[in-house]
Amino acid sequence: MAEILRIENLHKRFGDLEVLKGIDVTVESGETIVVLGSSGSGKSTLLRCVNFMEMPTDGRVYLHGELIGTERGGHVTYRERDLCALRARIGMVFQHFNLFPHMTVLQNVMEGPVTVLKRGREQARDDAVVQLTRVGLADKAAEYPARLSGGQKQRVAIARALAMDPDVMLFDEVTSALDPELVGEVLKSMRKLSEEGMTMLVVTHELGFAYHVGSRVLFLDGGTILEQGKPQDVLKNPRHLRMREFLDGHSLFRLPE
Amino acid sequence: MQHSWDFATILANWPTLWVGVKGTAVIFVVTVVLGLAGGLVVGMARYARTPFLNWPARAFVEVFRNTPVLVQIIWFYYAFPILTGIDVDPFLAAVLGISLNTMAFSAEIYRAGIQSIEPGQWEAGKAIGMTYHQTMRRIVLPVAIKRVLPALTNRGIEVFKMSTLASVVAYVETLNQAKLIADLNFNPIESYTTVALIFFVVLWPVVQGTYVLERVLRRSD
Repeated sequence: MAEILRIENLHKRFGDLEVLKGIDVTVESGETIVVLGSSGSGKSTLLRCVNFMEMPTDGRVYLHGELIGTERGGHVTYRERDLCALRARIGMVFQHFNLFPHMTVLQNVMEGPVTVLKRGREQARDDAVVQLTRVGLADKAAEYPARLSGGQKQRVAIARALAMDPDVMLFDEVTSALDPELVGEVLKSMRKLSEEGMTMLVVTHELGFAYHVGSRVLFLDGGTILEQGKPQDVLKNPRHLRMREFLDGHSLFRLPE
Repeated sequence: MQHSWDFATILANWPTLWVGVKGTAVIFVVTVVLGLAGGLVVGMARYARTPFLNWPARAFVEVFRNTPVLVQIIWFYYAFPILTGIDVDPFLAAVLGISLNTMAFSAEIYRAGIQSIEPGQWEAGKAIGMTYHQTMRRIVLPVAIKRVLPALTNRGIEVFKMSTLASVVAYVETLNQAKLIADLNFNPIESYTTVALIFFVVLWPVVQGTYVLERVLRRSD
Protein backbone atom coordinates (compact mmCIF):
# COMPACT_ATOMS: atom_id res chain seq x y z
CA MET A 1 0.00 0.00 0.00
CA ALA A 2 1.13 3.49 -0.77
CA GLU A 3 2.07 5.83 2.01
CA ILE A 4 -0.01 9.03 1.97
CA LEU A 5 0.95 10.78 5.16
CA ARG A 6 3.89 10.41 7.50
CA ILE A 7 4.25 12.23 10.78
CA GLU A 8 7.65 12.11 12.45
CA ASN A 9 8.49 13.04 16.01
CA LEU A 10 5.77 15.69 16.19
CA HIS A 11 5.92 18.06 19.14
CA LYS A 12 3.57 20.85 20.03
CA ARG A 13 4.01 23.20 22.92
CA PHE A 14 1.64 25.95 24.07
CA GLY A 15 3.77 28.09 26.36
CA ASP A 16 4.85 25.83 29.23
CA LEU A 17 2.43 23.10 28.28
CA GLU A 18 3.72 20.38 26.00
CA VAL A 19 0.64 18.87 24.38
CA LEU A 20 2.35 16.54 21.91
CA LYS A 21 5.54 14.83 23.02
CA GLY A 22 6.81 13.15 19.91
CA ILE A 23 4.20 11.46 17.73
CA ASP A 24 5.05 9.11 14.87
CA VAL A 25 2.32 7.94 12.55
CA THR A 26 2.31 6.65 9.01
CA VAL A 27 -0.99 6.68 7.17
CA GLU A 28 -1.37 4.49 4.11
CA SER A 29 -3.75 4.95 1.25
CA GLY A 30 -7.32 3.95 2.07
CA GLU A 31 -6.75 3.60 5.79
CA THR A 32 -9.20 4.94 8.35
CA ILE A 33 -7.24 5.77 11.46
CA VAL A 34 -9.27 6.50 14.55
CA VAL A 35 -7.60 8.58 17.22
CA LEU A 36 -8.94 8.06 20.73
CA GLY A 37 -8.03 9.69 24.01
CA SER A 38 -9.36 11.74 26.91
CA SER A 39 -9.75 15.47 26.58
CA GLY A 40 -6.36 17.09 26.87
CA SER A 41 -4.60 14.01 25.51
CA GLY A 42 -3.59 15.98 22.43
CA LYS A 43 -5.68 14.21 19.82
CA SER A 44 -7.27 17.35 18.34
CA THR A 45 -3.92 19.11 18.39
CA LEU A 46 -2.38 16.21 16.51
CA LEU A 47 -5.04 16.51 13.82
CA ARG A 48 -4.64 20.27 13.62
CA CYS A 49 -0.88 19.95 13.22
CA VAL A 50 -1.32 17.67 10.21
CA ASN A 51 -2.77 20.48 8.09
CA PHE A 52 -0.92 23.18 10.02
CA MET A 53 -3.93 24.86 11.55
CA GLU A 54 -1.53 24.73 14.48
CA MET A 55 2.16 25.07 13.78
CA PRO A 56 4.09 22.14 15.23
CA THR A 57 6.90 23.12 17.57
CA ASP A 58 9.09 20.37 16.20
CA GLY A 59 8.88 17.38 13.91
CA ARG A 60 8.17 16.67 10.29
CA VAL A 61 5.11 16.00 8.18
CA TYR A 62 5.36 14.29 4.79
CA LEU A 63 2.60 14.09 2.21
CA HIS A 64 3.21 11.44 -0.46
CA GLY A 65 6.75 11.18 0.85
CA GLU A 66 7.42 14.90 0.32
CA LEU A 67 8.46 16.98 3.31
CA ILE A 68 6.09 19.85 4.05
CA GLY A 69 8.11 23.02 4.51
CA THR A 70 11.76 23.74 3.83
CA GLU A 71 14.62 22.10 5.68
CA ARG A 72 17.14 24.66 6.92
CA GLY A 73 19.93 23.69 9.27
CA GLY A 74 18.08 20.88 10.98
CA HIS A 75 14.98 22.99 11.32
CA VAL A 76 11.91 23.11 9.11
CA THR A 77 10.47 26.47 8.11
CA TYR A 78 7.10 26.99 6.52
CA ARG A 79 5.93 29.47 3.93
CA GLU A 80 2.30 30.50 4.07
CA ARG A 81 1.89 29.85 0.36
CA ASP A 82 3.07 26.25 0.70
CA LEU A 83 0.79 25.68 3.66
CA CYS A 84 -2.22 26.97 1.70
CA ALA A 85 -1.37 24.59 -1.13
CA LEU A 86 -1.05 21.75 1.40
CA ARG A 87 -4.38 22.53 3.09
CA ALA A 88 -6.07 22.50 -0.30
CA ARG A 89 -5.03 18.81 -0.53
CA ILE A 90 -6.16 17.88 2.98
CA GLY A 91 -9.85 18.01 3.85
CA MET A 92 -10.93 18.96 7.35
CA VAL A 93 -14.29 18.71 9.07
CA PHE A 94 -14.87 20.49 12.37
CA GLN A 95 -16.91 19.85 15.47
CA HIS A 96 -18.94 23.02 14.92
CA PHE A 97 -19.39 22.64 11.14
CA ASN A 98 -18.22 26.19 10.37
CA LEU A 99 -20.33 26.46 7.24
CA PHE A 100 -20.31 29.86 5.55
CA PRO A 101 -23.63 31.37 6.69
CA HIS A 102 -23.99 33.84 3.82
CA MET A 103 -23.75 31.15 1.17
CA THR A 104 -26.22 28.49 0.15
CA VAL A 105 -25.32 24.83 0.60
CA LEU A 106 -24.27 24.65 -3.06
CA GLN A 107 -22.15 27.81 -2.79
CA ASN A 108 -20.50 26.45 0.36
CA VAL A 109 -19.39 23.37 -1.54
CA MET A 110 -18.35 25.33 -4.66
CA GLU A 111 -16.33 27.92 -2.75
CA GLY A 112 -13.06 26.00 -2.47
CA PRO A 113 -12.93 24.71 -6.04
CA VAL A 114 -13.81 28.15 -7.46
CA THR A 115 -11.71 30.41 -5.22
CA VAL A 116 -8.75 28.15 -4.45
CA LEU A 117 -8.55 25.68 -7.35
CA LYS A 118 -9.78 28.30 -9.89
CA ARG A 119 -12.20 25.87 -11.48
CA GLY A 120 -14.92 27.21 -13.75
CA ARG A 121 -18.28 27.84 -12.07
CA GLU A 122 -20.16 25.36 -14.27
CA GLN A 123 -17.67 22.61 -13.57
CA ALA A 124 -17.63 23.44 -9.86
CA ARG A 125 -21.42 23.42 -9.72
CA ASP A 126 -21.63 19.97 -11.31
CA ASP A 127 -18.92 18.65 -8.98
CA ALA A 128 -20.67 20.16 -5.96
CA VAL A 129 -23.91 18.41 -6.84
CA VAL A 130 -22.00 15.12 -7.10
CA GLN A 131 -20.50 15.62 -3.63
CA LEU A 132 -23.85 16.64 -2.15
CA THR A 133 -25.41 13.53 -3.64
CA ARG A 134 -22.66 11.50 -1.97
CA VAL A 135 -23.78 12.74 1.44
CA GLY A 136 -27.45 12.56 0.49
CA LEU A 137 -28.17 16.28 0.43
CA ALA A 138 -28.51 17.21 -3.23
CA ASP A 139 -32.08 18.34 -2.54
CA LYS A 140 -30.84 20.94 -0.04
CA ALA A 141 -28.48 22.65 -2.50
CA ALA A 142 -30.42 25.92 -2.54
CA GLU A 143 -30.93 26.18 1.22
CA TYR A 144 -28.93 28.38 3.55
CA PRO A 145 -27.10 26.58 6.39
CA ALA A 146 -29.33 28.21 9.02
CA ARG A 147 -32.23 26.13 7.70
CA LEU A 148 -30.49 22.77 8.16
CA SER A 149 -30.30 20.41 11.11
CA GLY A 150 -26.95 19.80 12.78
CA GLY A 151 -26.51 16.47 11.04
CA GLN A 152 -27.28 18.00 7.66
CA LYS A 153 -24.85 20.85 8.32
CA GLN A 154 -22.11 18.39 9.14
CA ARG A 155 -22.76 16.39 5.97
CA VAL A 156 -22.56 19.62 3.95
CA ALA A 157 -19.24 20.33 5.67
CA ILE A 158 -18.06 16.87 4.58
CA ALA A 159 -19.18 17.56 1.00
CA ARG A 160 -17.38 20.92 1.10
CA ALA A 161 -14.14 19.17 2.07
CA LEU A 162 -14.66 16.41 -0.51
CA ALA A 163 -15.16 18.95 -3.30
CA MET A 164 -11.43 19.71 -3.07
CA ASP A 165 -10.58 16.08 -4.02
CA PRO A 166 -8.42 15.76 -0.90
CA ASP A 167 -5.69 13.14 -0.53
CA VAL A 168 -6.70 12.64 3.08
CA MET A 169 -9.61 13.77 5.25
CA LEU A 170 -9.37 14.92 8.87
CA PHE A 171 -12.40 14.63 11.13
CA ASP A 172 -12.15 16.57 14.40
CA GLU A 173 -14.85 15.30 16.78
CA VAL A 174 -17.44 15.88 14.10
CA THR A 175 -20.34 14.31 16.00
CA SER A 176 -19.64 15.79 19.44
CA ALA A 177 -21.89 18.82 18.95
CA LEU A 178 -24.80 16.83 17.54
CA ASP A 179 -27.99 15.55 19.10
CA PRO A 180 -27.59 11.79 19.66
CA GLU A 181 -30.31 11.18 17.09
CA LEU A 182 -28.32 12.96 14.39
CA VAL A 183 -24.99 11.27 15.05
CA GLY A 184 -25.91 8.22 12.98
CA GLU A 185 -26.44 9.98 9.67
CA VAL A 186 -23.02 11.63 9.89
CA LEU A 187 -21.25 8.42 10.89
CA LYS A 188 -22.98 6.63 8.04
CA SER A 189 -21.65 9.18 5.55
CA MET A 190 -18.20 8.71 7.01
CA ARG A 191 -18.40 4.93 6.84
CA LYS A 192 -19.44 5.18 3.19
CA LEU A 193 -16.41 7.35 2.50
CA SER A 194 -14.16 4.91 4.26
CA GLU A 195 -15.58 2.01 2.25
CA GLU A 196 -15.05 3.97 -0.95
CA GLY A 197 -11.35 4.04 -0.10
CA MET A 198 -10.91 7.56 1.27
CA THR A 199 -7.90 7.94 3.55
CA MET A 200 -9.16 9.28 6.84
CA LEU A 201 -7.87 10.44 10.20
CA VAL A 202 -10.74 10.53 12.67
CA VAL A 203 -10.72 11.99 16.17
CA THR A 204 -13.85 10.77 17.88
CA HIS A 205 -15.45 9.42 21.03
CA GLU A 206 -17.60 6.99 19.05
CA LEU A 207 -16.07 3.66 20.02
CA GLY A 208 -18.56 1.79 17.85
CA PHE A 209 -17.37 3.70 14.82
CA ALA A 210 -13.75 2.99 15.74
CA TYR A 211 -14.53 -0.70 16.09
CA HIS A 212 -16.56 -1.17 12.91
CA VAL A 213 -14.97 1.32 10.53
CA GLY A 214 -11.44 1.95 11.75
CA SER A 215 -8.58 0.07 10.13
CA ARG A 216 -6.33 1.16 12.97
CA VAL A 217 -6.85 2.77 16.35
CA LEU A 218 -4.42 5.11 18.08
CA PHE A 219 -4.85 5.78 21.77
CA LEU A 220 -3.26 9.06 22.83
CA ASP A 221 -2.43 9.70 26.46
CA GLY A 222 -0.50 12.68 27.78
CA GLY A 223 0.76 13.64 24.35
CA THR A 224 2.13 10.27 23.28
CA ILE A 225 0.68 7.24 21.54
CA LEU A 226 0.12 4.78 24.36
CA GLU A 227 -1.39 2.01 22.34
CA GLN A 228 -2.18 1.28 18.72
CA GLY A 229 -3.33 -1.54 16.55
CA LYS A 230 -6.35 -3.15 14.97
CA PRO A 231 -9.59 -1.96 16.62
CA GLN A 232 -10.58 -5.53 17.46
CA ASP A 233 -7.36 -6.00 19.44
CA VAL A 234 -6.98 -2.58 21.01
CA LEU A 235 -10.62 -2.10 21.97
CA LYS A 236 -11.24 -5.64 23.13
CA ASN A 237 -7.91 -6.46 24.77
CA PRO A 238 -6.22 -3.22 25.82
CA ARG A 239 -2.74 -3.79 27.20
CA HIS A 240 -2.54 -0.67 29.34
CA LEU A 241 -4.52 0.09 32.47
CA ARG A 242 -4.98 3.68 31.30
CA MET A 243 -6.65 2.51 28.09
CA ARG A 244 -8.88 0.09 30.00
CA GLU A 245 -10.05 2.91 32.28
CA PHE A 246 -10.77 5.04 29.24
CA LEU A 247 -12.85 2.30 27.63
CA ASP A 248 -14.70 1.58 30.88
CA GLY A 249 -15.55 5.25 31.23
CA HIS A 250 -17.14 5.17 27.81
CA SER A 251 -19.32 2.17 28.47
CA LEU A 252 -20.37 2.81 32.08
CA PHE A 253 -24.06 3.09 31.36
CA ARG A 254 -24.46 0.78 28.40
CA LEU A 255 -27.76 -1.02 28.00
CA PRO A 256 -27.53 -4.70 28.96
CA GLU A 257 -27.11 -6.98 25.94
CA MET B 1 -44.11 85.35 20.26
CA GLN B 2 -45.80 85.86 16.97
CA HIS B 3 -44.30 84.95 13.65
CA SER B 4 -46.25 84.96 10.45
CA TRP B 5 -44.65 82.33 8.25
CA ASP B 6 -43.95 83.44 4.72
CA PHE B 7 -42.29 80.97 2.40
CA ALA B 8 -42.94 83.08 -0.70
CA THR B 9 -39.42 84.52 -0.62
CA ILE B 10 -38.00 81.01 -0.37
CA LEU B 11 -39.94 79.87 -3.41
CA ALA B 12 -38.86 82.99 -5.27
CA ASN B 13 -35.25 82.09 -4.52
CA TRP B 14 -35.65 78.40 -5.24
CA PRO B 15 -33.01 78.35 -8.04
CA THR B 16 -30.43 79.69 -5.56
CA LEU B 17 -31.35 77.03 -3.04
CA TRP B 18 -31.33 74.36 -5.74
CA VAL B 19 -27.72 75.16 -6.55
CA GLY B 20 -26.97 74.51 -2.88
CA VAL B 21 -28.87 71.22 -2.85
CA LYS B 22 -26.81 70.04 -5.81
CA GLY B 23 -23.65 71.12 -3.98
CA THR B 24 -24.75 69.12 -0.94
CA ALA B 25 -25.42 66.07 -3.13
CA VAL B 26 -21.97 66.28 -4.72
CA ILE B 27 -20.05 66.60 -1.48
CA PHE B 28 -22.15 63.90 0.17
CA VAL B 29 -21.51 61.37 -2.59
CA VAL B 30 -17.79 62.10 -2.68
CA THR B 31 -17.28 62.01 1.10
CA VAL B 32 -19.50 59.02 1.80
CA VAL B 33 -17.76 56.93 -0.88
CA LEU B 34 -14.27 58.00 0.17
CA GLY B 35 -15.12 57.74 3.85
CA LEU B 36 -16.72 54.30 3.83
CA ALA B 37 -14.35 52.75 1.27
CA GLY B 38 -11.26 54.27 2.89
CA GLY B 39 -12.61 53.23 6.28
CA LEU B 40 -12.71 49.62 5.08
CA VAL B 41 -9.04 49.78 4.16
CA VAL B 42 -8.07 51.44 7.44
CA GLY B 43 -10.29 49.04 9.38
CA MET B 44 -8.61 46.00 7.82
CA ALA B 45 -5.18 47.51 8.51
CA ARG B 46 -6.29 48.17 12.07
CA TYR B 47 -7.29 44.50 12.39
CA ALA B 48 -4.07 43.21 10.82
CA ARG B 49 -1.50 41.73 13.17
CA THR B 50 1.52 43.22 11.39
CA PRO B 51 2.62 46.35 13.34
CA PHE B 52 3.64 47.86 10.02
CA LEU B 53 -0.04 48.12 9.06
CA ASN B 54 -1.61 48.23 12.47
CA TRP B 55 0.22 51.19 13.99
CA PRO B 56 -0.27 53.77 11.22
CA ALA B 57 -3.93 52.78 11.01
CA ARG B 58 -4.32 53.17 14.72
CA ALA B 59 -2.61 56.56 14.76
CA PHE B 60 -4.82 57.71 11.90
CA VAL B 61 -7.98 56.65 13.70
CA GLU B 62 -6.96 58.31 16.95
CA VAL B 63 -6.09 61.62 15.29
CA PHE B 64 -9.19 61.97 13.16
CA ARG B 65 -11.66 60.51 15.62
CA ASN B 66 -10.57 62.74 18.46
CA THR B 67 -10.58 66.09 16.69
CA PRO B 68 -13.73 67.97 15.58
CA VAL B 69 -14.64 67.80 11.90
CA LEU B 70 -15.35 71.52 11.84
CA VAL B 71 -11.83 72.22 13.04
CA GLN B 72 -10.41 69.79 10.47
CA ILE B 73 -12.21 71.57 7.63
CA ILE B 74 -11.04 74.96 8.79
CA TRP B 75 -7.53 73.63 9.32
CA PHE B 76 -7.33 72.14 5.83
CA TYR B 77 -8.59 75.41 4.36
CA TYR B 78 -6.47 77.91 6.26
CA ALA B 79 -3.48 76.09 7.78
CA PHE B 80 -2.71 73.29 5.33
CA PRO B 81 -1.97 75.60 2.30
CA ILE B 82 0.40 77.73 4.37
CA LEU B 83 2.23 74.68 5.77
CA THR B 84 2.54 72.82 2.48
CA GLY B 85 2.17 75.40 -0.24
CA ILE B 86 -0.59 73.29 -1.79
CA ASP B 87 -3.69 75.22 -2.82
CA VAL B 88 -6.89 74.04 -1.18
CA ASP B 89 -10.29 75.24 -2.36
CA PRO B 90 -13.40 75.07 -0.14
CA PHE B 91 -14.57 71.84 -1.78
CA LEU B 92 -11.26 70.05 -1.19
CA ALA B 93 -11.00 71.29 2.39
CA ALA B 94 -14.50 70.05 3.16
CA VAL B 95 -13.92 66.72 1.40
CA LEU B 96 -10.69 66.15 3.31
CA GLY B 97 -12.21 67.03 6.68
CA ILE B 98 -15.39 65.04 6.30
CA SER B 99 -14.03 61.97 4.55
CA LEU B 100 -10.98 61.54 6.79
CA ASN B 101 -13.22 61.80 9.83
CA THR B 102 -15.64 59.31 8.30
CA MET B 103 -12.81 56.95 7.46
CA ALA B 104 -11.67 56.99 11.08
CA PHE B 105 -15.13 56.27 12.47
CA SER B 106 -16.12 53.67 9.89
CA ALA B 107 -12.73 51.95 10.26
CA GLU B 108 -13.66 51.18 13.85
CA ILE B 109 -17.07 49.94 12.75
CA TYR B 110 -15.54 47.58 10.18
CA ARG B 111 -12.94 46.39 12.68
CA ALA B 112 -15.66 45.59 15.22
CA GLY B 113 -17.53 43.69 12.49
CA ILE B 114 -14.46 41.69 11.49
CA GLN B 115 -13.68 40.89 15.13
CA SER B 116 -17.23 39.64 15.65
CA ILE B 117 -16.70 36.81 13.15
CA GLU B 118 -16.26 33.43 14.84
CA PRO B 119 -12.70 32.00 14.64
CA GLY B 120 -14.28 28.89 13.09
CA GLN B 121 -15.02 30.84 9.92
CA TRP B 122 -11.36 31.72 9.51
CA GLU B 123 -10.45 28.09 10.15
CA ALA B 124 -12.96 26.83 7.61
CA GLY B 125 -11.54 29.14 4.96
CA LYS B 126 -8.02 28.11 5.87
CA ALA B 127 -8.93 24.42 5.81
CA ILE B 128 -9.98 24.55 2.15
CA GLY B 129 -6.69 26.19 1.28
CA MET B 130 -7.73 29.83 1.23
CA THR B 131 -5.17 32.53 1.92
CA TYR B 132 -5.75 35.19 4.57
CA HIS B 133 -6.93 37.63 1.91
CA GLN B 134 -9.24 35.16 0.21
CA THR B 135 -10.83 34.27 3.53
CA MET B 136 -11.16 37.94 4.42
CA ARG B 137 -12.76 38.87 1.10
CA ARG B 138 -14.97 35.84 0.50
CA ILE B 139 -15.94 34.70 4.00
CA VAL B 140 -15.30 37.28 6.71
CA LEU B 141 -16.09 40.64 5.13
CA PRO B 142 -19.47 39.76 3.58
CA VAL B 143 -20.80 38.61 6.95
CA ALA B 144 -19.03 41.34 8.93
CA ILE B 145 -20.38 44.12 6.73
CA LYS B 146 -23.88 42.70 6.90
CA ARG B 147 -23.61 42.74 10.68
CA VAL B 148 -22.46 46.34 10.90
CA LEU B 149 -24.77 47.67 8.23
CA PRO B 150 -26.99 49.54 10.73
CA ALA B 151 -23.92 51.27 12.15
CA LEU B 152 -22.68 52.12 8.66
CA THR B 153 -26.10 53.51 7.76
CA ASN B 154 -25.85 55.73 10.81
CA ARG B 155 -22.47 56.95 9.59
CA GLY B 156 -23.91 57.67 6.14
CA ILE B 157 -26.70 59.76 7.66
CA GLU B 158 -24.15 61.57 9.76
CA VAL B 159 -22.02 62.30 6.69
CA PHE B 160 -25.01 63.72 4.86
CA LYS B 161 -25.70 66.12 7.68
CA MET B 162 -22.02 66.91 8.23
CA SER B 163 -21.96 68.31 4.69
CA THR B 164 -23.49 71.51 6.10
CA LEU B 165 -20.19 72.10 7.90
CA ALA B 166 -18.66 72.82 4.49
CA SER B 167 -20.50 76.17 4.61
CA VAL B 168 -17.88 77.38 7.09
CA VAL B 169 -15.37 77.70 4.24
CA ALA B 170 -18.11 79.02 1.90
CA TYR B 171 -18.49 75.86 -0.14
CA VAL B 172 -21.75 76.24 -2.08
CA GLU B 173 -24.15 73.82 -0.45
CA THR B 174 -27.68 74.02 0.97
CA LEU B 175 -26.94 75.77 4.26
CA ASN B 176 -24.58 78.22 2.58
CA GLN B 177 -27.27 79.17 0.03
CA ALA B 178 -29.95 79.41 2.71
CA LYS B 179 -27.76 81.84 4.61
CA LEU B 180 -27.41 83.90 1.43
CA ILE B 181 -31.18 83.98 0.96
CA ALA B 182 -31.73 84.80 4.62
CA ASP B 183 -29.28 87.71 4.49
CA LEU B 184 -30.83 89.19 1.37
CA ASN B 185 -34.48 88.68 2.27
CA PHE B 186 -34.36 88.98 6.07
CA ASN B 187 -36.15 85.62 6.43
CA PRO B 188 -33.76 83.44 8.47
CA ILE B 189 -36.60 81.54 10.12
CA GLU B 190 -38.06 80.33 6.84
CA SER B 191 -34.64 79.83 5.25
CA TYR B 192 -33.20 77.61 7.95
CA THR B 193 -36.50 75.78 8.47
CA THR B 194 -36.42 74.98 4.77
CA VAL B 195 -32.89 73.59 5.09
CA ALA B 196 -34.01 71.30 7.91
CA LEU B 197 -37.03 70.20 5.87
CA ILE B 198 -34.93 69.46 2.80
CA PHE B 199 -32.60 67.26 4.83
CA PHE B 200 -35.48 65.42 6.45
CA VAL B 201 -37.34 64.89 3.19
CA VAL B 202 -34.24 63.41 1.58
CA LEU B 203 -33.03 61.33 4.51
CA TRP B 204 -36.23 59.80 5.76
CA PRO B 205 -37.02 57.74 2.62
CA VAL B 206 -33.35 56.76 2.28
CA VAL B 207 -33.33 55.41 5.83
CA GLN B 208 -36.51 53.45 5.13
CA GLY B 209 -34.71 52.00 2.11
CA THR B 210 -31.83 50.81 4.26
CA TYR B 211 -34.27 48.93 6.49
CA VAL B 212 -35.48 47.10 3.40
CA LEU B 213 -31.87 46.34 2.45
CA GLU B 214 -31.17 44.93 5.92
CA ARG B 215 -34.22 42.67 5.61
CA VAL B 216 -33.12 41.42 2.21
CA LEU B 217 -29.62 40.64 3.50
CA ARG B 218 -31.07 38.83 6.48
CA ARG B 219 -32.66 36.15 4.33
CA SER B 220 -29.75 33.75 4.88
CA ASP B 221 -30.11 33.89 8.69
